[in-house]
Amino acid sequence: MIPSTFDYTAPSSLDEALKLLHDLGDDAKVLAGGHSLIPMMKLRFAEPEHLIDLNNIPGLSYLKIEGGMLKIGAMTREVETEESAEVAVHFPIFADVAKLIADPQVRNFGTLGGNLAHGDAANDQPAVMLALDASVEIAGLDGRRTVGIDDFFYGFYSTAVQEGEILTEILIPIPSGRSGNAYHKVERKVGDYATGGVAVHLEMDEQGICTKAGIGLTNVNPTPLRAVRSEAALVGTSLDDAAIASAAQYASEDCNPSTDLRGDIDYKRHIIRAVTKKMINKAKQLAFKN
Amino acid sequence: MIQCKTSKEISGMGHSMKRKEDDRFIHGKGNYTDDVKLPGTLYMDIVRSPYAYAKIKNIDSSEALKIPGVLAVITGKDLEQYNLHWMPTLMSDTQMVLPVDTVMYQAQEVAAVIATEKYIARDAREAVRVEYEVMKPVVDPFKALDADAPILRTDKPDKKDNHIWHWEVGQKEETEKIFQEAEVTVKEQMHIPRIHVASIETCGCVASYDKVDNHLTMYMTTQAPHAIRTVFALVAGHVGLTEEKIRVISPDIGGGFGGKVPVYPGYVIAIAASFLIGKPVKWIEDRSENLQADSFARDYHITAELAGTKDGKILATRMKVLADHGYTDASANPSKFPTGMFSIGTGSYDYPNAFMEADAVYTNKPPGGVAYRCSFRVTEAVHAIERITDRFALEIGKDPAALRFQNFIKKEQFPYHSPTGWEYDSGDYEAGLKLAMKGIDYDNLRIEQAEKRKKGELMGIGLSTFTEIVGAGPSKDFDILGIKMFDSAEIRVHPTGKAIARFGTKSQGQGHETTYAQIIAEELGIPAKDIQIEEGDTDTAPYGLGTYASRSTPTAGAAAVMAARKLRDKAKKIAAYLLEVSEDDLEWEPGKFSVKGAPEKSKTIQEIVFASYTNHPQGMEAGFEATHYYDPPNLTFPSGAYICVVDIDSDTFEIKVRRFVAIDDAGHIINPMIAQGQVHGGLTQGIAPAMYEELIYDDDGNILNGTLMDYLVPTAVESPSWETGHTVTPSPHHPIGAKGIGESPTVGAPPAIANAIVDALKPYGITHLDIPITPYKIFKALKEKGVLDKNIVES
Repeated sequence: MIPSTFDYTAPSSLDEALKLLHDLGDDAKVLAGGHSLIPMMKLRFAEPEHLIDLNNIPGLSYLKIEGGMLKIGAMTREVETEESAEVAVHFPIFADVAKLIADPQVRNFGTLGGNLAHGDAANDQPAVMLALDASVEIAGLDGRRTVGIDDFFYGFYSTAVQEGEILTEILIPIPSGRSGNAYHKVERKVGDYATGGVAVHLEMDEQGICTKAGIGLTNVNPTPLRAVRSEAALVGTSLDDAAIASAAQYASEDCNPSTDLRGDIDYKRHIIRAVTKKMINKAKQLAFKN
Repeated sequence: MIQCKTSKEISGMGHSMKRKEDDRFIHGKGNYTDDVKLPGTLYMDIVRSPYAYAKIKNIDSSEALKIPGVLAVITGKDLEQYNLHWMPTLMSDTQMVLPVDTVMYQAQEVAAVIATEKYIARDAREAVRVEYEVMKPVVDPFKALDADAPILRTDKPDKKDNHIWHWEVGQKEETEKIFQEAEVTVKEQMHIPRIHVASIETCGCVASYDKVDNHLTMYMTTQAPHAIRTVFALVAGHVGLTEEKIRVISPDIGGGFGGKVPVYPGYVIAIAASFLIGKPVKWIEDRSENLQADSFARDYHITAELAGTKDGKILATRMKVLADHGYTDASANPSKFPTGMFSIGTGSYDYPNAFMEADAVYTNKPPGGVAYRCSFRVTEAVHAIERITDRFALEIGKDPAALRFQNFIKKEQFPYHSPTGWEYDSGDYEAGLKLAMKGIDYDNLRIEQAEKRKKGELMGIGLSTFTEIVGAGPSKDFDILGIKMFDSAEIRVHPTGKAIARFGTKSQGQGHETTYAQIIAEELGIPAKDIQIEEGDTDTAPYGLGTYASRSTPTAGAAAVMAARKLRDKAKKIAAYLLEVSEDDLEWEPGKFSVKGAPEKSKTIQEIVFASYTNHPQGMEAGFEATHYYDPPNLTFPSGAYICVVDIDSDTFEIKVRRFVAIDDAGHIINPMIAQGQVHGGLTQGIAPAMYEELIYDDDGNILNGTLMDYLVPTAVESPSWETGHTVTPSPHHPIGAKGIGESPTVGAPPAIANAIVDALKPYGITHLDIPITPYKIFKALKEKGVLDKNIVES
């Protein structure tokens, strides 16, 4: 549980951090909350020669609603979205998901930006971002660009954040009408990665017809997975039992889980079907309340 | 209600006195082995085998030795020069300290690196290059005895197979006959999984050898410092480290649970390194090393059978065990009991006949097994009997509570002689189960369950009415490496009436500093807060066998009583002298002797003690000290009645323990608050193997869950709100009627949970599931039954 030798720098501005990252290249890793990176370093699965700590850089941690968007600074701690009343108005899903991420110590320091940039399909926030149709702002020495969440996850530990770049902000559109969203994962014990997790976001019109559906799946695919057929099965329906059953069935068919200690493929598909159904029903009930 | 004979000021037995040790723990001032900092300390790290079974072709230390700060890389060949490469286990088997040519399990010690800093030691560990020739390991214990299985212990010239020992007890022929003729017989194959104690503090030591004085001080995480000193002397006496040259100090311990009874190779290597270099050497395992290499617990494959009548009378049980010990039998059992107290497997029931047998085998896994919060294989036995009892109830369609009442050993049958040879001291099993059923409202739960079953909901109720067997043990039967399993107490009362008492045991969180003081307070009337308790230093404490198997209260606790009573006898003589009356004219109340009929004429214990130093009767020894070595006349037999209610999600099969009522009978209770804390902790360590924990190996002997990410230790979140209570049936042979409490809940809880889950799944024809029972395991079982799609998924 002792990492290899590394150098450590804690710049005080984003520009400084980007310059360092540019100069050091491949040998450097950015340190945000550290709750994925440091355990990997302690096991020597990751042996970066330099760590660039973002924690001293002001202006990277915030929650604000601006221009129809919820904007989340990349260094915002998980606990802040969990406890924010402003966020809870439209996105009770953040309270759902945060409670299931590791333990309070991790949530007190782990960041949303780090959670996404780590590029691990076992993390919970990626599925939530898929459901909410988020986009991500990425900064480099050449300026900033915005990437839709569907174009963000490339593969195992690999995202749209390229060499020399730092993820700076997450943007989530605020739903205009009735909406509801929810997340649940089956886990072997508290703090575990998901056996299977499902994030659902629904919007509906005044007649109760589903106008928009977002469904993201956790840890049942090499990358975080959008359940495209499931979403389509809901839009335009009154979210009746038959539509929900189809959506749940599609999610279980379209995911690509692998066998591990958490269970075999059949079991994980079963879990995805059961949890998708539960979460659609929960999101639907919340939407009707709005 | 617990009656207290002493005032709160004295705080003898029955007072929920706050723990004296907690001040230092709460303030972060505990002193653990890793807190021991000696000048010039070197650090050891251990190179471990990535393979379960391999020949060592070469160990190249050259790159490691080039790293500045690295002093040495020690291999088995180095130790071989001093004949220190093998050591005995507590079961008189042998274990490698470091291998000379063959590794026998994944994560086995291969070489040790000594450096000036622990960070350097870890870097150097990575730089040691070991060349292996990998061999096909024996992983499955059932295949270990196959004719074509490789013979693992080639170091033993006469070993022709992987069989370690056979053991049996009971009435073989009679039992056989009963099974042939019985109206009903049931049988289940069970695995009690290989688990790990996973204590918060890992194992470690600081070995400090003084070359000038030829003296070793060994700070280490051990539950049995005195026995360990003797073992060290046996291992290293031939190089000059004889027993008077060795001092073992066991500082504060962050959880032992049996895992800190054995001598691990790391300790011996650290001693060898300190001996050779002449500086203190510190070795502290990391979490993965602790999980992967230290002794496991359990790993019994049991075929349990029960024969009875259609109306529920139990007639006989038969149990056959295959014990997987890994590559050496490193159990921590008393010498004459290779299966520990497994023969308690007739439990709380009046069996006319029983037969039990066990065979142990070697495999390419870490050695063990230790008694994890369990008095030597009692957990395994209790699981088998409680599961098979429920299986029998299911077979004949009888309520499992009614079946238990029908077959309990009755209160008036004690002392009860079991068919496997034990004499149960006392018990009132009916009272315990009645209290538990009342506490949980059993009859209404069954009504609720029937209604839920109509709706397809999964709810289960599980019982466990177990008998423990603790307090090892009487010297005629119990020894470890020949040393009898007595324990000891030494009390010294200072002139001002304050005392220090020392014991051969060693607390790892049990609260001895409080409970031992309360026992002495009860007997002498000196306030418990005035009595300092010391354990764990072999230079100062009297010899004892240590703390495990719920033995501290039954043995050392009894020794404290006997020593205190010697002092009270002396106090009486002094009081008679001071009051100028005959001893017969005195009467005792806690803390004071007074003259019968003239209560104003009295002497307090403090006055008497002062007189023992300042004004003692001529001809009497001065001072106020006593020592006692207590050899228990019998074991003690705590019992419990546990009832658990589970709800299982019919879609995801997530299991929720809704309620858990635990009624324990540990005889007289010393400190109810501490006893309750012990029960809470023990129950949590009971849900652990029932629902979460198992060390899993693949066919190549690789451990698949060697970190806490995948070895699932339950937390407060997984624990229900425990509901505890007790009945009091004192042990007739223990001087204060106490029986021991620490292990009962860990022993009793797993079958209650397993029985509840299997009960919930009864509508689907499931009769048994091996622990740990997980949602995934339920899914697989239901899928196998073919009920998943038609009955659950579509509903």
